[in-house]
Amino acid sequence: MNDGLIDTLPAARRTPWRSGWSATLLRVLRRRPLLPLGLAVLLLVLSWALWPQLFSHFDPLLGVPAQALQGPSLEHWFGTDHLGRDLYSRTVHGAALSLQATLLAVVIALLSGIVLGVLAGFFGGWVDAVLMRLVEILMAIPALLLAMAVITVLGFGTLNIALAVGLSSVATFARLVRGEVLRWNASTFVEAASACGVGPWTIIVRHILPHASAPVLALAALEFGSAVLAVSALSFLGFGAPPPQPEWGLLVSEGRNYMVSAWWYTSLPGLVVAAVVVSANQLARALQDDQGARG
Amino acid sequence: MSDSILATNPAVVRRRGPGIWRYLLARAWQALLVLWAAFSLSFLILYALPSDPVSIMLNQSGEQSTVNQQQVDALRAQYHLDEPLAVQYGIALWRALQLDFGNSIQSGQPVSRSLADALPATAALTFLALSVALVAGIGLALGASLTRRAWLRDLLLGLPAVAVSLPTFWVGLLLLQWFSFGWHWFPAMGNRGLASLVLPALTLAIPTSAVIAQVLARSLAATWRQPFVEALRAKGLGPVRLMLVHVLHNALIPILSVSGVIVGSLLAGAVVTETVFSREGVGRLAQAAVSSQDIPMVQGVVLLAALIFIVVNLLVDLLYPLLDPRIRANPGARR
Repeated sequence: MNDGLIDTLPAARRTPWRSGWSATLLRVLRRRPLLPLGLAVLLLVLSWALWPQLFSHFDPLLGVPAQALQGPSLEHWFGTDHLGRDLYSRTVHGAALSLQATLLAVVIALLSGIVLGVLAGFFGGWVDAVLMRLVEILMAIPALLLAMAVITVLGFGTLNIALAVGLSSVATFARLVRGEVLRWNASTFVEAASACGVGPWTIIVRHILPHASAPVLALAALEFGSAVLAVSALSFLGFGAPPPQPEWGLLVSEGRNYMVSAWWYTSLPGLVVAAVVVSANQLARALQDDQGARG
Repeated sequence: MSDSILATNPAVVRRRGPGIWRYLLARAWQALLVLWAAFSLSFLILYALPSDPVSIMLNQSGEQSTVNQQQVDALRAQYHLDEPLAVQYGIALWRALQLDFGNSIQSGQPVSRSLADALPATAALTFLALSVALVAGIGLALGASLTRRAWLRDLLLGLPAVAVSLPTFWVGLLLLQWFSFGWHWFPAMGNRGLASLVLPALTLAIPTSAVIAQVLARSLAATWRQPFVEALRAKGLGPVRLMLVHVLHNALIPILSVSGVIVGSLLAGAVVTETVFSREGVGRLAQAAVSSQDIPMVQGVVLLAALIFIVVNLLVDLLYPLLDPRIRANPGARR
């Protein structure tokens, strides 16, 4: 009986400000002591993307040929490339291109995943059957190959990479959202709302989606990490922006010809990509832990 | 009493259910349907969108101005692009059933021949990578589950989380830099013998072993909490023997259920790895095909990947009843 009562008020149990922000924060920090470091990395790279001029005073596209292929130093933190361009500056300016593509990919996957998942979960029947078969097929093709197929048709470029990566990860979101919709749709408070005459769209937007937001957010953080990997891999393969642009994958790819003489050329920009993905995944796991802790 | 405790150990239960053949048939039929759907989806993406092979081919050769409309029409007729979409789809499906995916725009060779030529190299690479990943992943998970030192366990469980976050192309380039250019242990490029296979396989094995270690560590912990383990411990079995003889083979079943995903990620990883190490193979073929917008070839690679994923999942579903008698007793319970 008691259980049933609590069940009708899940929002009260789940809202963080009632359980106390500081307590939640402490619990998360005890489980993941390195999380602040990861958040700092994400914030730093985000600021690179927003205000690149603040972080580097070298031109990312203009090189000094006399200073070609110099190793890391106090002046050139990441060294210089074969045209004498400052690699740190190129990495900083590349953050805008690579993170824009990544964010766009995650937003596309998130929005279309929510629409498909809500349609499938809320309406059920043949809509559900058709959409879930589609999700199954999408999952049968490795995401990178699916993205490559989309790029073949759309053509190359940062925007097309973002579209392709976004489309290739719709299936995961659709699946999760469908599950959440089914779960909350069966709850007593949704039944009560619909008994009060609340329309289906209001129920979805006001009652179901807010509850689904926590796991969806955790998945979005996880997808952000994989999207950074996918976007940079596609850019490395040569499907992204054309050469003078400092896209991260392209930066690493350009260094391939100078690996023997200039270790920093591929290593350091790649290290930045790795650090961003490690941090994003750590944030995702912290978000998932927190859900588990709150049930 | 002890019987009922042991009954939770799936390896001890021996019962044969009646619906096993129906289960197998249903799974095979479902696999065929998914394969057909994957073909239709790839056809929709690659052919139904505005840019078709002929216009791409003309754009590439840069002869748009010199080619007259008659020649374009002839080309379009050759690719059946003048037919309505449904007819094009029917023709493509009929040919695909005979393993004919058209000719590569780039080389003019049949797509299926090119794929068959490239497959052995990629198969060798992925099999070696998978073996390394299995050994490393299982070792890591076992080590983390058996150690009593908390810091060592945290370290062993933390490694996979970092390993899945590393860009494959970067790992490959680092290995090249250290082992080929730095210490000259392995050749840097090409398909020459086993030595040239080591670094690419290692590159490909790192993320895969991380996935295996993560899934297995979780499953080992869950199996360890089962009553039959407690019963065996009460009988005086040591933790190492218990883990290796009784827990491990029960805990391996979840690895099987992610094997489709693992094979898929190996194939996707092969695209990057083969490009980094300049190896011949299906992945390199895919990279080159996308670079030159070779639509038939891209469709061939996508379908090959889907076929492999579906066949692996089908095999896993057929293996389940052999490995887990609970499914034999109650087929479909797992789905």
